[in-house]
Amino acid sequence: MNTTSATTTDEHQATLKTLAQTLGEGVFTQSRFRDNLRLHVPASRLIDLLRALRDQCGFKLLSEVGGTDYLGYPGRTGARFEVHYVLRNLETSEYLIIKTGVDDPDPTLPSVVPLWSGADWMEREVFDMYGIRFEGHPDLRRILMPPEFASFPLRKDYPLRGRGERHNFPRLLRGES
Amino acid sequence: MALEPSVAKSDSRASGSVLSLKPASSIEVPENTILTTINSVVNWCRKYSLWPMPFATACCGIELMAVGASRHDIARFGAEVMRFSPRQCDLMIVAGRVTMKMMPVLQRIWLQMPEPKWCISMGACASTGGVFDTYAVVQGVDRFIPIDVYIPGCPPRPEQILRALMDMQDKIQKGGAIQGTALPELMTNEARRVQIESSPSPALARERGDEDRYGYRIPGGPGQVGDRESH
Repeated sequence: MNTTSATTTDEHQATLKTLAQTLGEGVFTQSRFRDNLRLHVPASRLIDLLRALRDQCGFKLLSEVGGTDYLGYPGRTGARFEVHYVLRNLETSEYLIIKTGVDDPDPTLPSVVPLWSGADWMEREVFDMYGIRFEGHPDLRRILMPPEFASFPLRKDYPLRGRGERHNFPRLLRGES
Repeated sequence: MALEPSVAKSDSRASGSVLSLKPASSIEVPENTILTTINSVVNWCRKYSLWPMPFATACCGIELMAVGASRHDIARFGAEVMRFSPRQCDLMIVAGRVTMKMMPVLQRIWLQMPEPKWCISMGACASTGGVFDTYAVVQGVDRFIPIDVYIPGCPPRPEQILRALMDMQDKIQKGGAIQGTALPELMTNEARRVQIESSPSPALARERGDEDRYGYRIPGGPGQVGDRESH
């Protein structure tokens, strides 16, 4: 482990220690990629973890909510969908990624809008693209696709080619227009 | 109408040197007179006073602006009056990709334009969807509104747009009447095409029977959905 990695590890020491004191052991697991620390947490403890991070560890900013569909992913054994929350501590510039899995059918997660108001549109986008519902969201509507769109286009089983919703428009003919 | 020049033999014109044009059917035509049809004159007027409606949604719109600027100067063809109200236009130029959310807007604007009206589909995206073969982008606006001239290119050069405008002028001169829609002979073709497309297609081959309604299989085989938490 080189110096950079050691520094990165040290950056999260206080946070991990606070989390262990607040939530106890075994709530989440860790993984790292370069300077990213990811905490994998089951959906049942997601709100507990995020609330502890916001209130005890100073992560005041939720900078991103995104989703992934791992359908057909080589070597994948976990849940089909994964939702990640990217948190930022504005005072120490520490940043942390929380990942949680959610599975078919009817993937549902608790909403984090009560914790960060800015999660409103980001959760709507995840809902729009993946069909993951967020319980407790104040206004869970589509945000990018038109309301009559029936599918969730970033799911891996959504067809890449062929006819689809993009063809469901009336045809205006010369005689009619 | 073929006209044959001949010297008028009228007694009232004593000088005898007045040249007049006399049609083959030997009808007397006065000097400085052209025989034609009213539809031809109307089409001639229409083709040199096109008012484009720039429906510019992407980079093709920038090229369209270049056509209107001084270097290429679309005013040479009488089509320089770009209006942003469809009520004042008769030539829609769809420049750029059209998404699912934009398509109802495009159709509404097309319906708001008064007759006679024409439409140019400019660039690869408007004509076919281009590289944007995605769930959200309409694969060619000609599926939903009538198109008269297509321009290839990504984006097309301004010269191509001028060429398309000249083609449009040829088309206007050849067809259309003072009343009714601008290009009635195209309505027959269009109705036939719709009939072909709406008729039931031949059955799929047996080896394609397991595809879904999109003709698509999931890459990597069926999904593996487990219950363990993700790592």
